[in-house]
Amino acid sequence: MIDEIVYAIKKAETQLSEDTVKALKVAYERESNPMARTQLEAILKNVEIAEKHFLPMCQDTGLQTFFLDIGYDFPFMRELKTAIIEAVRRATKEIPLRPNAVHPFLHKNSGDNTGRFVPYIHWELREGDDAVIHVIPKGGGSENMSGLYMLPPGVGIKGIKKKVIEHIFNSGGKPCPPTIIGVGIGGGADLVLTLAKKAAILRPIGTRHEEEFVAQLEEELYEMANKLGIGPMGLGGDTTVLDVHVEYAHRHPATLPLGIVTQCWANRKRKVRISADGKVEVV
Amino acid sequence: MEYHEKTPIQDARKYKVGDVIYITGEVILARDEAHKKLLEEGAPLDLKGSVIYHCGPVVAKKNDEWNVVAAGPTTSIRMEIFEDEFIAKFHPAIIVGKGGMGARTLKALKEHGAIYTAYTGGCGALAANRIKGVKEVHFLEELGIPEAVWVFRVEEFGPLVVTMDSQGNSLYDEVEKNARKNLEEILKQIEK
Repeated sequence: MIDEIVYAIKKAETQLSEDTVKALKVAYERESNPMARTQLEAILKNVEIAEKHFLPMCQDTGLQTFFLDIGYDFPFMRELKTAIIEAVRRATKEIPLRPNAVHPFLHKNSGDNTGRFVPYIHWELREGDDAVIHVIPKGGGSENMSGLYMLPPGVGIKGIKKKVIEHIFNSGGKPCPPTIIGVGIGGGADLVLTLAKKAAILRPIGTRHEEEFVAQLEEELYEMANKLGIGPMGLGGDTTVLDVHVEYAHRHPATLPLGIVTQCWANRKRKVRISADGKVEVV
Repeated sequence: MEYHEKTPIQDARKYKVGDVIYITGEVILARDEAHKKLLEEGAPLDLKGSVIYHCGPVVAKKNDEWNVVAAGPTTSIRMEIFEDEFIAKFHPAIIVGKGGMGARTLKALKEHGAIYTAYTGGCGALAANRIKGVKEVHFLEELGIPEAVWVFRVEEFGPLVVTMDSQGNSLYDEVEKNARKNLEEILKQIEK
């Protein structure tokens, strides 16, 4: 399975996900600001060159991140963690990736994208005997534009809307817009950010939440964010976000956590599916 | 206006916000740690009229030669704490990065006749396509690949959009002013 994980990392780094390419093309067609059009054109040209020459689409090849969706009866549980770490080491050399794991005290770069608690592996269990590894290398510039706000519950959904739009305004051109915004509501400080990250990256662009009032909030936030006029790379224009995705959890009566995760246009994501019989497939 | 220029740059005062520049010659990479290091220890190379690029590249050795794999811009505002001093000390002509810089840098650009240009964020493959080789590298051992001071040979490196010029104009200020107006409208609408 190591080979397939290396291949999935390579595919994620060099071929932009299909939903994102489509959204960028639609944005380019719609965009009325000439400066913004030059930026979207450069992005699309860049994506083409990356795919053609198997080059990473961005020099920040991200913090290697894996969201695991595993059946209780999956038989290769013991192998997953070591396989992922080994795959990251090999991918770093073979693709190659930028070494992005730095010791916070010693300032030393490990050189192979591994270190204490990285690659980051998030585990979730469910019914079944198969496993899906979401390969989602995450850029540092957009990650810097994450936010956690512990709002007073009294501000309600109105307060959440305001905070999200203010957050996108304050981020400006820094997270490489057009971005995809993940919004988490409820739970606790940790859960709300996990919900936001999953909403931003794992949900395909253009899809809406299955619950009507959440879907409506997504649509409203999407429209408002693009009215800001920040535009691609913050140089002005109609395209600030490609989409806004919202996910929620029940909250404690005293808290209203709001988590915001920003994903740059380089929305890198691929999946490795492993069945119980050992068949491995990269999507 | 569109310019196709060779390094070193003689006079950056002629470029205005909105102009697009393509560079042939040399581009020198410097980001966070490199700014700090150069300011503390002095520069091992001449930076007058140079093009300074905020970038942490992916570079790999192939048959004993450096090969630039991806080299898009990094977020420039992190260098705001160094850049005015850097410009005053080393006199670069063009700073290249993404996201723009602040009031301190804008003032230094005006004082020393330099400009800031934006290169489309994340476009690492496009940039690598225009980089023709590595001339030299400094501080590689101490700073590592993404932070080292690389000197790249480039051809038609761009499009670099002038977003802060030496007359004190900043496209970012304009966009922000406009976006702030829009923000206030939107917040009012939400309140309704």
